[in-house]
Amino acid sequence: MIGTQQSRKNSLTSLILVAVMLAAVVVLDQVIKPTDSMSMLLKVLQKGSIYALAAVSMNLLNGFTGLFSLGHAGFMLIGAYTYAIFTIPSEARDVVYQYYDAAIRISFPEVLGNALGPVGTLVGVVLAVIAAGLAAAVIAWLIGLPVLRLKSDYLAIATLGFAEVVRAVFQWGKLGPVTNGSNPLKSFVRINAFQLKLGGTTISLTTFVPVLLATVCIAFIVLLVNSTYGRSFKAIRDDEVAAEAMGINLARHKMLSFCVSSFFAGVAGAGMAMVLGIAQASNFKSAMTYEILLMVVLGGIGSISGSCIGAMLFIAASEWWLRGLDSGVFLGINAPGIFRNGFRLVVFSVIIMIVVLFFRKGIMGDRELPDLLKKRPGKGAAGK
Amino acid sequence: MDLMNTVLPYLLSGVSVGGQYALIAIGYTMVYGILRLINFAHGDVFMVAGLMMVYLSASMPLYLAAPLMVIFTVLLGFVIERVAYKPLRTAPRMSVMISAIGVSYLLQNLALYITGGLNKNYPAIPWISDQITVFGAPTKRVTLITPFLTVALVIVLVWLINHTKVGMAMRAVSRDFETAQLMGIRINNVISITFVIGSFLAAVGSMLYFSNYPGVVPTSGGMPGLKAFVAAVFGGIGSIPGAVVGAFIIGICENIIKGLDIILKSVGVLREPLELATFSDAFTFVLLIVILVFKPTGLFGEKTTDKV
Repeated sequence: MIGTQQSRKNSLTSLILVAVMLAAVVVLDQVIKPTDSMSMLLKVLQKGSIYALAAVSMNLLNGFTGLFSLGHAGFMLIGAYTYAIFTIPSEARDVVYQYYDAAIRISFPEVLGNALGPVGTLVGVVLAVIAAGLAAAVIAWLIGLPVLRLKSDYLAIATLGFAEVVRAVFQWGKLGPVTNGSNPLKSFVRINAFQLKLGGTTISLTTFVPVLLATVCIAFIVLLVNSTYGRSFKAIRDDEVAAEAMGINLARHKMLSFCVSSFFAGVAGAGMAMVLGIAQASNFKSAMTYEILLMVVLGGIGSISGSCIGAMLFIAASEWWLRGLDSGVFLGINAPGIFRNGFRLVVFSVIIMIVVLFFRKGIMGDRELPDLLKKRPGKGAAGK
Repeated sequence: MDLMNTVLPYLLSGVSVGGQYALIAIGYTMVYGILRLINFAHGDVFMVAGLMMVYLSASMPLYLAAPLMVIFTVLLGFVIERVAYKPLRTAPRMSVMISAIGVSYLLQNLALYITGGLNKNYPAIPWISDQITVFGAPTKRVTLITPFLTVALVIVLVWLINHTKVGMAMRAVSRDFETAQLMGIRINNVISITFVIGSFLAAVGSMLYFSNYPGVVPTSGGMPGLKAFVAAVFGGIGSIPGAVVGAFIIGICENIIKGLDIILKSVGVLREPLELATFSDAFTFVLLIVILVFKPTGLFGEKTTDKV
């Protein structure tokens, strides 16, 4: 009984913290002007929250279920394209599909927006995002049927290969009427379209929307991990044979984890399209999967809050803090000869290698943020 | 005859690319056989070998640059193993794989920084880059040399593994890591030798591969690397002849698919081009998924059983 009360108190605290964080994001969005030097903070929050969702969904698979999958970029690609295709407004459609005759001529936000007003537009966007996740999940189910029978490294290579196949299919000229071939999809609903008009003032929700999207999805994953399903996932990770002996249906749970992870990868892809304003298959290379994996490692495999912190640090360092390394001046040192294009990424990959080699547990290990706030048990009780 | 003339150029370049993949695939298959590690950085070592050749040949004659390039590549492979994989020997396999991905990321970014992301023209190597005609199909001499050189190198390698002390040690380590250690085999040396051989073959392969292509970019190691790995899996990972056969099959299939539109059109099956060439890379992975599902140990792989 004390345990449940304690956990109820904890979840209440977390809820309040999340609400405060979301409110802070809205305030920041109003306070920081695009010309400010701090406007990079908003960019980092937008992109970082989407990457955090991608990292957490990868962590669900790699860290909690022990399935080493490298197909994330492929699922994000499917999500990004699904979202983009179903939100391109009809007047922009012929400009976007300039070489093809667009086959899908429906835009959720437009149709619902015409029927229900601004609320309809919002519902349309949400529907498109859900469709993005579902498309990725359905493909994941299909590919999972053969692929999930494979073990560790074979699974990694097969999923990596799957992502490459997806990329090739989406760039195929014959699918041009749907995917626009190798040309990018543009002009769909972006995050800067979200504004709240209260009386005479306009409240921009540009940063709030991606952060909210990521928060809701991550919250769902947290609930899943803490449920009986989550416990089964962890059991499979720790010992497949033992898990099976305890009555866990391996195939079913692996498939569930794979599909849920892919669903959220698809949603993250949609979010990425929303943030960047462009969806192009050639952007979703295996390098993207590697980056997400490195975020997970940076934060700690098997820690959800770790993945969020890892993603935010990764994006902040590569987009903002280490920018100077590329443009000649860093920490007041002016050396254009050394600090030229690409140096940032070199420094960055060295940092990552150091983490991988010497701090294998990452920032959080397999602990969560609330664990850090709790009183640490005495030394005698700490060991298992 | 008409069909033959259409297919032949694709077949030729397929055999050539297959040989080049084979040289990279051996590096993968040997490392996997011993460490059970997919060395994701191997494709990038191959790319770095190409870049080193570009930079070295700019400052010295080719007969000096080529051996120096091979030596540096071998050194790179050795250093990567010592720095990035050796400290993780007792760590879970996933950590080592992540470390390999990290090394690959580092090498690519380093190459991006040094080249500035520009395409670097590969030096023309006299004799092997010369244009020749085979049965009426124009090609470079390297196309013809590659399969022979590959097969020769593989024969030497197989002899090395089957008939020398080092080879015996390698076979022992790949069979049972711990027992080999107990039998007095210095496993660290054996593993280093594996990386040295793998990098050497990658260096030779890069010379052949890039002679056929206009230039080297930081990402040009990724695709050949992945395909070579697929070739190794296809042939049965751990088996050197398997890797070679797999590489030739993948190289040929891939190039036939590149020309499939034209070939099918000349036969009369197709009227409109289907743009199937988009799938030349994807095909490799479809093949991989199919083989993994139906015969997970590959064509020549040993059967493994799971122990509780």
